[in-house]
Amino acid sequence: MQIDLIQEARRQAEVCNACRYCEGYCSVFPALHANRAFSDGDITQLANLCHNCRGCYYACQYTAPHEFDLNLPAALADVRHDSWEVYAYPSQIARQFQKNGMAIAAATITGFALLFAAAKWLGQGHGIGFYAVISHNMMVAIFAPAFLFPLFSIGISLRRYWTATEGQKIKVKHIAQAFSAAANMRNLSGGHGNGCNFEDKDRFSQARRVAHQLVLYGFLLCFASTSSGTILHYLFDMQAPYSLLSLPKLLGVPGGIMLTIGTIWMVLLKFQADPNLGAMAAWGGEVAFIALLGFVAFSGLALYALGSTAVMPTILALHLGAVLSFFLLMPYTKMAHGFYRLAALVRDAQRTSG
Amino acid sequence: MTTPYDIVIIGGGNAALCAAITAAEAGSRVLILEAAPKAYRGGNSRHTRNFRCMHSAPLGPLIESYSEEEYFGDLMKVTDGKTHEGLARLAIRTSEECLPWMQEHGVRFQSALSGTLSLGRTNAFFLGGGKGLVNAYYRTAEKLGVKVIYDASVTHLEVEDGKVVFLDYSHQGRSHRLSPAAIIVAAGGFQADTDWLARAWGPAAKNFLIRGTPYNRGVVLADLIDQGVEQVGDPTQCHAVAIDGRAPKFDGGIVTRLDCVPFSIVVNKDAQRFYDEGEDVWPKRYAIWGRLVAGQPDQVGYVIIDAKSLNLFMPSVFPPIKADTLEELAKKMGLPAAELRKTVDTFNASCGDTNGFHPTELDGVTTTGLIPPKTNWARPITEAPFYGYSLRTGVTFTYLGLKVDENAQCSIGNRPISNLWAAGETMAGSILGQGYLAGFGMTIGTVFGRIAGKEAAEYAN
Repeated sequence: MQIDLIQEARRQAEVCNACRYCEGYCSVFPALHANRAFSDGDITQLANLCHNCRGCYYACQYTAPHEFDLNLPAALADVRHDSWEVYAYPSQIARQFQKNGMAIAAATITGFALLFAAAKWLGQGHGIGFYAVISHNMMVAIFAPAFLFPLFSIGISLRRYWTATEGQKIKVKHIAQAFSAAANMRNLSGGHGNGCNFEDKDRFSQARRVAHQLVLYGFLLCFASTSSGTILHYLFDMQAPYSLLSLPKLLGVPGGIMLTIGTIWMVLLKFQADPNLGAMAAWGGEVAFIALLGFVAFSGLALYALGSTAVMPTILALHLGAVLSFFLLMPYTKMAHGFYRLAALVRDAQRTSG
Repeated sequence: MTTPYDIVIIGGGNAALCAAITAAEAGSRVLILEAAPKAYRGGNSRHTRNFRCMHSAPLGPLIESYSEEEYFGDLMKVTDGKTHEGLARLAIRTSEECLPWMQEHGVRFQSALSGTLSLGRTNAFFLGGGKGLVNAYYRTAEKLGVKVIYDASVTHLEVEDGKVVFLDYSHQGRSHRLSPAAIIVAAGGFQADTDWLARAWGPAAKNFLIRGTPYNRGVVLADLIDQGVEQVGDPTQCHAVAIDGRAPKFDGGIVTRLDCVPFSIVVNKDAQRFYDEGEDVWPKRYAIWGRLVAGQPDQVGYVIIDAKSLNLFMPSVFPPIKADTLEELAKKMGLPAAELRKTVDTFNASCGDTNGFHPTELDGVTTTGLIPPKTNWARPITEAPFYGYSLRTGVTFTYLGLKVDENAQCSIGNRPISNLWAAGETMAGSILGQGYLAGFGMTIGTVFGRIAGKEAAEYAN
């Protein structure tokens, strides 16, 4: 971990702990006020608990030009991003992508190229629909490792996080509490239910909370769609393409629409918000990641709409290329935040409910 | 000279904003002249955290009830009866309807903060503190068409035949003159003008720290008093507490307070004790320590505690000075080591049975034969490491102000000034003759801000 980032966040947390005016905004402050001194692990946990709602910044009597110069959302965002890099496996890769939008774009284009190559020279021709472009076995050969390795990698990261934050034995109630907080983004409610401060300075707004949940639930629906397709394929021997009234489509189409709208909205909000209150260095990487996720969703929908036309093979390669990059980059991009955030919420549930 | 505004409000804190919102809702065109730049807008309201509120049943974040009589009784205790009963009861009675009004105008509340649970029944805490409240009010006011000019210092109000005929202000190096129908002064006390403080207190005041805004310099207050506008209050009276001596000269706010005095001995720069550190629980005593420290040489005190007391109080922003021996601590703090040793030894020898020690209630663990005594929480200072903090007087706001009536209206020669009203700290001396009640400043500001806004709008329309 970068000591200077931790040290700056600690300095600010100590001012917050002497003030306590922000106690009601989110989970960060009750957790902060429970300490007198802050270990590196405490700061890392606070950083991952912070959802960057910015309520505390706009209400703070000690922001610049005051000499205490507090900017807790930014200080915690810097530590948070640093923790994702340090705990990533292998962490060298995370350093390449986490803050680097160009690297993410380059990886995505490489993904496109690989899939075009796969379509052109490998395993094409024997199936119907998409499988006429790339055979089912080829897809499995590419995507099974591309899905399993990131999960393995994230598992290692979370273990590292848990050790650093001195996590205890996890009980069902901890998980229930964490999932319930994530399900409605309670930490973006502002404490009063009017939402957070993001796109329009100190005005409370639900925009970011709603946009984020469109992305979250859209993503989960898409994931469920793919999973249902896998189950239909292997357990019921029902092969793609599926009809509109099939489970993969019923889940995937609304999911894709939500994900597309949500990602566009998130990027627009990010452009309106003050970049100084987040991890400045990671801004490009975050936007590139959201764009990649949005492209996965949009190309998926396009594939459905244009699946029986001549452009289908091109769109298929683009879509699968984006999906491939998305999965492989999962541990090394903003996508990792979801896993860390859940871990932090579980850890916080251990603090509040024992 | 004409002006596009019916009402000009001098100041940009809670009272000013309550007045502006009320007047704008009544249809007036309102201009706020805020002396501070935007980043520091809001005067001392930026540093506040709650609102003391009467209520007959649970209300918003407030539990149980808090009657007018109990509230007034609390005020009588802290002011030692030096109040204006009519105005005080008006503030108290009206506070109950203010809380929902505040919520309707964007203010959000939270439960009592950890470490302040004793105030959960009487005081409603602003979510995010006073700056959150100020931000919400500016949003509301601007939506109502209130115009705000920052960095606008009002230099003079011309009072002629019982009326303010014009006012001058400077902004970006240029002077401007306005003649609105009505004017509301909500520009706070004069504590940031340390020369004025020194005239009232003597040179000792130069060593005081100012806990809040550096922009409350009392320019308008002095200008009006010089012209014979009725004043109230004693210039030496103010809300003053003992704060960490390392706090910034201005604007240190809440984080510089020290809650460790009851578990300590406090000495002056000659390493002599000067007051009973354990007289009462800290929330009831912190406000008198500002004056106690002001009475010591160089206006400085030194708190000495040992290892066993370190975690008994809320953390403050500056870490304590730490040493393994008292002599080393004395050296680090610039105190005479032999004298400190003697003072601590004498204190320790006068401590008795400490088994009844209880940090949060009066425990009667007292010294015997010591002058001055320590009447509660008296435990010998023996366990290394030893810790020290320096203490200085921190002034929150001064009580000398404009005298107002039930309509928040100012007067001259015992006759009301037809178009001048005052609200907030600038007239709080009308109610607070001395002492302070937590959260009452915001009550006075909200109640009289709304009255001033309503009266001024009625006059101007």
